[in-house]
Amino acid sequence: MAELNTGGGGGDGKKVRSKKSNPGVDLTAMVDLAFLLITFFMLTTTLSKPQSMPLAMPDKEKTDTDPDMKVPEDRMMTILIGKDNKILWYMGMLATPRMEPTEAKFGKDGIRKDILKNTAYAKQHTEKADEGLIVNIKASDAASYKNLVDILDEMAINKVQLYAIGDITPEEITLLTDKGLY
Amino acid sequence: MTAMCDVAFLLLSFFVMTATAKQPEPKPVDTPASTVIDKLPEDGVATITVGDKQVFFTIPRASRRGTLERISQEKGVSFTEGEYKAFENMEGFGVPLNQLKSLLSKSPAVRNAPGAQVGIPYDTINDQLTDWVKQAREAHKAIYEGQLQEGKINAEEFGKKADLGIAIKGDAKEDFMTVKRIIDILQEQKKNRFFLITGLRNKDF
Repeated sequence: MAELNTGGGGGDGKKVRSKKSNPGVDLTAMVDLAFLLITFFMLTTTLSKPQSMPLAMPDKEKTDTDPDMKVPEDRMMTILIGKDNKILWYMGMLATPRMEPTEAKFGKDGIRKDILKNTAYAKQHTEKADEGLIVNIKASDAASYKNLVDILDEMAINKVQLYAIGDITPEEITLLTDKGLY
Repeated sequence: MTAMCDVAFLLLSFFVMTATAKQPEPKPVDTPASTVIDKLPEDGVATITVGDKQVFFTIPRASRRGTLERISQEKGVSFTEGEYKAFENMEGFGVPLNQLKSLLSKSPAVRNAPGAQVGIPYDTINDQLTDWVKQAREAHKAIYEGQLQEGKINAEEFGKKADLGIAIKGDAKEDFMTVKRIIDILQEQKKNRFFLITGLRNKDF
């Protein structure tokens, strides 16, 4: 399509008559460029919106906690995060654990399997269908922020309904030290 | 061809106009990845950036002037009109209050040079981050209180929007204790719900 014809050239003394031409410009390159830019802007606008993970912490000043309230030990899992991306978890209370403290790694083959196993265990020990595992996340000073986000991500992946971030106790730090994870 | 060209340019102008330019940040951080794909709300969110133990604060544009007015009142520091303007146009910042005036007098390029800003103090002795967050939340609330009185929004909308959202944008390598301190600061002022800004992780993680 699209060439600018200029008449004349082969006049040979005859009357110069401009040929009727079709004035069009080659648009191919321009359209190519336009589509390239469209693609660029489309991708950058949708990808630049930051993702976020909502996090709700328990109210600190709540004083109505009942000291006699029974902790459902069979459903409570505590995850301790130590140094070098290593995890230690146990079920129940630290003094009388339902499952002994076990070391685990992050990822698909590590903590996720344990969480799934413990979810099944928790389901066995409750009659109510809507009750599941309760996870208490305690990170030590040696942990990084990535570790926290990773473990919160595991909560989302495994659909753990109840989880909280707690403060690590000196006994748990001693436990981590004994295992060489602190 | 002409039609295709027209459409292409129409779309191009649409995307160019809707695209928001990436604002320069005083502290670029590498956020950890997660599989949660919720998007951060577009407005009404202040961001606390944490990296290398330094803290930076980004206030939504609408609340910036109000925040600085409140800080100026509380701390007894007065700012000129030009400084208010500069503060409104400044995206994020991270300097102790006594360096804020000199920061505002600099050009944006100098401000965002690496190392130009040292972070807002957030330790227990000199906790300026608490003041900034508190004043930003009050300034944000004041805007919506004004709108409520004028009848622009109803009480239900006011309840939804009046509390300033807080997002924490932490570097993946940051110590947990630094982030924990920020969370504690927020919890001290009864801000128990907030966002953690994360990057995208592939599905088969």
